[in-house]
Amino acid sequence: MLRIQFSDYEALREHGRQTYPHECCGVLLGRSVDGVNEVEEIVEAGNTRTDSAHNRYNIAPVELIRIQRQARAKSLDIVGFYHSHPDHPAQWSATDIAEAHWLGCSYVITKVADGKPDVTNSFLLRGTGEEDKFFEDEPIEILVAVGASK
Amino acid sequence: MTNKNNKKNYWRDMTIHIPTPLRTYTNGLDSIPVTAGTVGDALQELVTAYPGLKGNLFAADGKLRSFVNVYLNEEDIRYLSEKEATPTTPTDELTIIPSIAGGCR
Ligand SMILES: [Zn+2]
Repeated sequence: MLRIQFSDYEALREHGRQTYPHECCGVLLGRSVDGVNEVEEIVEAGNTRTDSAHNRYNIAPVELIRIQRQARAKSLDIVGFYHSHPDHPAQWSATDIAEAHWLGCSYVITKVADGKPDVTNSFLLRGTGEEDKFFEDEPIEILVAVGASK
Repeated sequence: MTNKNNKKNYWRDMTIHIPTPLRTYTNGLDSIPVTAGTVGDALQELVTAYPGLKGNLFAADGKLRSFVNVYLNEEDIRYLSEKEATPTTPTDELTIIPSIAGGCR
């Protein structure tokens, strides 16, 4: 299961609106506890695939290293990633599974239809390695902070 | 940590940072101290200490798998002039970071 604050959930969907018609991407920081990936913070990343940004995304490793270092300073881990599918279903594609290598992490996909965030789904990358990895549909639990002002 | 043969306790040359999915093979540790003189030695030390990592990092031909990025501080070792033979110093950090990519088609 993926557990995320409503504000973070809205922010990653909003990121897809901002980059439309290009794919957005970012990193989910938090903790993995008893099979639940709990998101504490989301970090927007740049899409390096400027050659084909409408249907591809890639996060520069050096940006990931910086994100991972920030996470470590807060005792957080990378627990997942998100990206958008402009005018395409919120389902993983053949490219998505082929290029997914972070076993145990959540891959969140938001369909952005005509510039508006639509369905958001999460997929857990399971398996023991490249040979047997697979995506499993993962429920998203959205937390609404008590006393939130908006 | 009382193993007297383990000189790592006394001489920590450098640190290798392990990404979340590979910690399954390092008993959950997120960083591993290794004693090594080059980037290549450091990676060999790592897989010797944690053999389960080997198949995840290296292809059958012994080369790093294409999606596995290894950074010496903030530089991709593939782009260092001496590649894996690049000398390391005690303050260096190696980071293993699998690629993050995909797309809707
Ligand atoms: Zn995708």
